[in-house]
Amino acid sequence: MERKHYEQEINMTESLMTRINELLSHYPEDKKKSALLPVLHEVQDAHDNWLSIALMDKVAEILGILPIEVYEVATFYTMYNLKPIGKYMFEFCQTSCCCLRGTEDLMDYTCEKLGVGIGETTADGLFEVRGVECLGACGYAPMMQLGDFYKEHLTKEKIDQIIADCRDNKIILHDK
Amino acid sequence: MSKKILLDKINVPGIKTYEVYRREGGYASVEKAMKSMTPDEVVEEVKKSGLRGRGGAGFPAGMKWSFIDKKSGKPRHLVCNADESEPGTFKDRYLMEFIPHLLIEGMITSSFALGANRSYIYIRGEYMWVFKILERAIAEAKAAGWLGKNILGTGYDLELHVHCGAGAYICGEETALIESLEGKRGNPRIKPPFPAVSGLWANPTVVNNVETIAAVPWIVNNSGDDYAKIGIGRSTGTKLISASGHVKNPGVYEIELGLSVDEFMNSDEYLGGMSSNRPLKALVPGGSSVPILPADLIFKTANGEDRLMTYESLSDGGFATGSMLGSGGFIVYDDTACIVRNTWNFSRFYHHESCGQCTPCREGTGWLEKVLWRIENGQGREEDIDLLWSIQSKIEGNTICPLGDAASWPVAAAIRHFREEFEYHVRFPERIKDRNHFVAEPFDKVRHLVSKQTV
Amino acid sequence: MKVTIDGQEIEVEAGTTILQAARMIGGESVPPAMCYYSKLKGSGGKCRCCLVEVAKGSDADPRPMPKLMASCVTGCMDGMEVNSKNSDRVREARQSVTEFLLINHPLDCPICDQAGECDLQDLSFEHGKSKTRFIEEKRTFEPEDIGPNIQLHMNRCILCQRCVQVADQLTDNRVHGVLDRGDHANISTCISKAIDNEFSGNMIDVCPVGALTDKTFRFKSRVWFNKPFNAHRECTTPGCCGKTTVWMFGNEIQRVTGRKDQYHEVEDFICNTCRFDKKEVTDWVIEGPRKFDKDSVINQNNYTREMDTVHIATEEGILKGREQDRKKISMTAIPLNKEEQEEFNNGNL
Repeated sequence: MERKHYEQEINMTESLMTRINELLSHYPEDKKKSALLPVLHEVQDAHDNWLSIALMDKVAEILGILPIEVYEVATFYTMYNLKPIGKYMFEFCQTSCCCLRGTEDLMDYTCEKLGVGIGETTADGLFEVRGVECLGACGYAPMMQLGDFYKEHLTKEKIDQIIADCRDNKIILHDK
Repeated sequence: MSKKILLDKINVPGIKTYEVYRREGGYASVEKAMKSMTPDEVVEEVKKSGLRGRGGAGFPAGMKWSFIDKKSGKPRHLVCNADESEPGTFKDRYLMEFIPHLLIEGMITSSFALGANRSYIYIRGEYMWVFKILERAIAEAKAAGWLGKNILGTGYDLELHVHCGAGAYICGEETALIESLEGKRGNPRIKPPFPAVSGLWANPTVVNNVETIAAVPWIVNNSGDDYAKIGIGRSTGTKLISASGHVKNPGVYEIELGLSVDEFMNSDEYLGGMSSNRPLKALVPGGSSVPILPADLIFKTANGEDRLMTYESLSDGGFATGSMLGSGGFIVYDDTACIVRNTWNFSRFYHHESCGQCTPCREGTGWLEKVLWRIENGQGREEDIDLLWSIQSKIEGNTICPLGDAASWPVAAAIRHFREEFEYHVRFPERIKDRNHFVAEPFDKVRHLVSKQTV
Repeated sequence: MKVTIDGQEIEVEAGTTILQAARMIGGESVPPAMCYYSKLKGSGGKCRCCLVEVAKGSDADPRPMPKLMASCVTGCMDGMEVNSKNSDRVREARQSVTEFLLINHPLDCPICDQAGECDLQDLSFEHGKSKTRFIEEKRTFEPEDIGPNIQLHMNRCILCQRCVQVADQLTDNRVHGVLDRGDHANISTCISKAIDNEFSGNMIDVCPVGALTDKTFRFKSRVWFNKPFNAHRECTTPGCCGKTTVWMFGNEIQRVTGRKDQYHEVEDFICNTCRFDKKEVTDWVIEGPRKFDKDSVINQNNYTREMDTVHIATEEGILKGREQDRKKISMTAIPLNKEEQEEFNNGNL
């Protein structure tokens, strides 16, 4: 399937490279490929939460593997985003246990409030609403993932608060 | 109060940290195992304990350990499966988040038993903050001398790292997990060879669930026989149950295997009954993959015996009238829930999570979802119910890994026990237009519309 | 050691798979294989067409295996007893797999270049039903141009992954692979990179369906209108055997492929120069006609037996007044206008 090409500024900072090297040290010298998943996470977090072809090529170069090996992996796992996405991605768990507790209504509410459909990004590029499969928080439903963290026992009021916090830049996405 | 093995210290303030964990007696099993036992003796204790794999399949852990190939002389690995993704299951996360050192202690003791010098914890990518918790805990353990070279002066070396996935249920299957740990797509491998012979980087490997490994310290500190005294029959020890759905107190509970389903469901120590005054309609006792049980088969088996929280009792009656303990994902439904919608939801999950490697699962899971979606949305045909039955039977048993079975069983069980509900959806499409169709008018009120009547 | 397949006993060496043993016996007990390819390491196990029933595990452990086993990746054990063609369970499983393979497969055999030598057609003929139970819309993929010589038609792909193994095992720097997952998994380069390796053309030969076809042969002819000959040339490409089958229409070489055996596996891999660039009769030493299975549609045009002119009684009436159309039947020479011809030559119809 032909994919649309997106431009991305690549910035392999020193701290990012230090972290990558640390991750590489977790695997035997000749098994660098093993670090692919964690390295992609780090690189993605440092690049607005998405991976361009060029960035994946860079990862391939660092790990000494073929670019196609990175594409194969990056397209298999759902947490890698292959195009630019909203800064705050509300990933609602929409598997049954959460739905029993009203996720669907809450997703509708959130979409309406942000004026987007599921899978769409707001015009200002700030928000995106997605439905994802079981996040392992069934007892704390309804819930969503935002960055590295879970927001659980959600209500309409909590959604309002989270949206306001995002707008005020009060939400931490990654634990670095 | 039943016995707690994994969570007995969970309420100690600061138990997350190394200092408090150690002060509370943590890492004693490492000392005991390395200083006074041989690796084989540790394996023997685990065998005696009757501990069964807590990830879902329930395979005896000690036996799995004894299969590991020690003759080849290749490096061995222990990999902890923390890719908890089975809908309804969130116990491992609880354990890792709140008492991370228990898992690390278990990993060290178990690695010692297996003679593994390089071990990994494979955690699902969504649990990123838990990944960080574990990374820090490993660093603490290493600083305290429990990891690295020549641990406790015994000459035993162990490197332990945590590795994160990136969103793929299939990586909970042990060979897919190994592939993923090797930096590849999570495609399950064809077995044999089993990981015990050729696993991570073609080396002998054991893959165990978080909860299984976390039970090892207690077994070593006490004894396999002591562990086997807890529980009933072949269901020994305690089990973490993740409860969700329409219950008063959802959450993670440690129970002694053998507790009755009734007590677990209704006592205030556990779930405290239903979340509202709506009646119980159905139960999925072991995560989305296991068959759903209708109300009349939940507290009693088909023979009228009490249904217990054990591997055996929950599967009593086979798939006709029983289910499975599985991973302990206990999902409770009241009469506002729609079984068709729930089954469609699960099918969508398996469709989404199928790796696409083998034909029946790749094509069949999508087909199941599409047909269920039509029925749930009022476009079902009478023959679709038999079609669903046929599709699921063609997937089951014909795939490379158990995901195909896991996708089939919920559909089969829903049709087996709730066929009338499917018929209702097909025959009265205008009544199910709203997705909350059973909230105002539960199925029991309209059942007569589809019940077979004798004239 | 000894294995019995459908009641036929055979001695095999340790390490032989059930499928290999069945092929040694031959005949109807040989399970169909859509993904296994004996020349490609790691192939097999995926399509599930070759499932067999192991009624007895071995002399040492005579218990039957509870599940049907993929014969291409299951090793024989001494005393093993296997049911293939003889088992209703196996037949049903193969029918199921066939149905699954077909639900999303386009019904475009009439315009597919693979038609006539397609393993999926053979499989459907043997195990398929004429009616479908699938009323949903079929899955489709956006087209991708993977280079000048090979046409990728992803909608037809059954994800056997043989082409990926070819790229891995015969070439350096693989540029295509399996992307995405589940029923949206697809063969792709991700970035529309041209697959230009000198051995890449073998992807076409190993493809069991029409997902990868030869652009230089595209829409030129139905395969059964070609006459296959064994041919060879002094090929200078390192690693190429230079032994091929050339597919002729009159004096024209329309296509060059590897020499395929009765299981449609090439005897040896060939290079792209032989396959795509050598289309003159003078390029080749023609050895003689290539034999095909007696049931193969390719034999329908078999010149080794006497062919009588068929007279169709109604033909004259049908063609009355347009005698010139007679030669169009089964011919590629459909008069296209200039633009159409150009587009056709570009191969992106």
